[in-house]
Amino acid sequence: MAIVKLKDIAQSRSGDKGNIVNVGVFAPNQAIYQVFLEQLTPEKVKEHFAGLVKGEVVRYELPNIFALNFVCKEALDGGGSSSTRLDNLGKCFGSNMLRLEIEVDDYLLKDLNNEVSNHAI
Amino acid sequence: MKKVRIGAAQGFYGDTIEPAVATAEKGNVQYICFDALAELTMAILVKDKRKNENAGFTKDIGLQMRALLPYLKEKRIKLLTNGGGINPVGAQREILRVAKEMGINDLKVAVVTGDNVLDRIPEFEEKGYNLNHIDTGEGIEQVKDRLEFANAYIGARPIVRALEQGADIVVTGRTTDTAQFLAPLIYEFGWGEEEWDKLASGVFMGHLLECSAQSTGGNFSGNWQDIEGFDRMGYPIAEVSENGEFVISKVEDRGGLVTIDTVKEQMLYEIHDPSAYLTPDVIVDLTNVRLENIGPNQVRVTGTRGKPRPDSLKVVMGYEDGYAGQVIVGFSWPDAMQKARKVDEVIRIQLERNGLRYQEVRTDFMGYNALSGPLAHENESELNEVFLRMVVKAKTKQEAAKFSRLFPPLALNGPPSMSGFSGNSAPRALLGMWSTLIPREDIEANLKVEVAEV
Repeated sequence: MAIVKLKDIAQSRSGDKGNIVNVGVFAPNQAIYQVFLEQLTPEKVKEHFAGLVKGEVVRYELPNIFALNFVCKEALDGGGSSSTRLDNLGKCFGSNMLRLEIEVDDYLLKDLNNEVSNHAI
Repeated sequence: MKKVRIGAAQGFYGDTIEPAVATAEKGNVQYICFDALAELTMAILVKDKRKNENAGFTKDIGLQMRALLPYLKEKRIKLLTNGGGINPVGAQREILRVAKEMGINDLKVAVVTGDNVLDRIPEFEEKGYNLNHIDTGEGIEQVKDRLEFANAYIGARPIVRALEQGADIVVTGRTTDTAQFLAPLIYEFGWGEEEWDKLASGVFMGHLLECSAQSTGGNFSGNWQDIEGFDRMGYPIAEVSENGEFVISKVEDRGGLVTIDTVKEQMLYEIHDPSAYLTPDVIVDLTNVRLENIGPNQVRVTGTRGKPRPDSLKVVMGYEDGYAGQVIVGFSWPDAMQKARKVDEVIRIQLERNGLRYQEVRTDFMGYNALSGPLAHENESELNEVFLRMVVKAKTKQEAAKFSRLFPPLALNGPPSMSGFSGNSAPRALLGMWSTLIPREDIEANLKVEVAEV
């Protein structure tokens, strides 16, 4: 079992709507998606963004593309056009998500290094 | 079998038109579609219009037309844009003016109006509609007197009507980001109002195209170092079949990369529930979508499902929400962070002593935590330099402006090596957003399509 940062195994992108930020987190394959399902709980993500996200975090699952979508409420100090934050549109939530650490079985990481890119998902 | 090819031209107000020109030239497309509007854009355009009654549309629309009009007749391309913003009729006039100037004739330019509902708020209240905020449930009373704009998000149907009337260019106000992309498909394939899966597929295609290079390698979080040609990105092109399935590609000799990995990131951008992405034309379900790499820079998208469209439309209003005054000053090694923290402390003491009470005083350390907030890791001791950014929120512009005056004296009176002070910038107006729902009939009854010709 290894502790890895999402940065090393996942993709992510964030976007804003009003005071809500959504963060899509993408696993490289089915096996790691399963690990995400178990470990990337809305509670854990809410805790990770403590201080930035004041409201609820809701998680949606997309097994078809091995992705999770986290919808973070009250996440921009009021919303893009009234927030005093520098990242007022939440563009960096995606990269900040990638700081999160999870535990992954070593063999899953080894497979990852040998894997050729997906032909289809 | 008939296919329709659509090119993306603009992801936001301020985008470059170069990739769209490349698409017009070499992309073999019949339609080039723009999404010019974000929540914030409407506010900018309202301010423009207040200064000049003829303004209020995206100012670059003239430049865009100048760049693309020469291709319209030659390549039989049509242009669809929501760059009309708060003044679509003004935008139509501007397009006609540019066309005339370029000596182009036989050009039909249509305009869609009726999305602007700022004057209709009393009417909605009389009808007893609750205009509560859809996210917070709060009542509108607290912001009603401060509204700067109110626009309904409308769908593709009025644009389709414009195409049916022979328009070469359609300019709208607050049509949704994806409406410009869906409309040509409804027009070309004759999709019915209840062919939900096809409509959903069209909206999803629009979603993948409306942020320009964000589906062709721009803003890619994977191995972004492998993306070639950030200096000349190609914007996405979709080739759509009658059944709604489509292939995303780009002009081959432009930069960027189209793969499952670049496309899937855009798939969830600004999406909430992926099984119910609400648009005026259809509710889109992305949970069965399948992506396939079918060739270099070609991704096939299938499996989009649709559900009946909602009974109400979203109206987004902007209200005046005070002013922000901001100062940025830099500090160099050694002890850069310590110096910046000291100045933050000094400023806060002075605010207190001078009785300057702001609704909010915010401190960021650029180069350390300004984009990461509490998630920044602690390695502050050896920073080469750091920029202190302080922002206050005030009710009036005058109050906000007082803040920055505290800083210049500290260049001589404070900790050593304060530098990179970029001057006192004018306070910026803040704008709150209010989203609510209105029955669609109330909006649709007032939508108008008008065509003019040069």
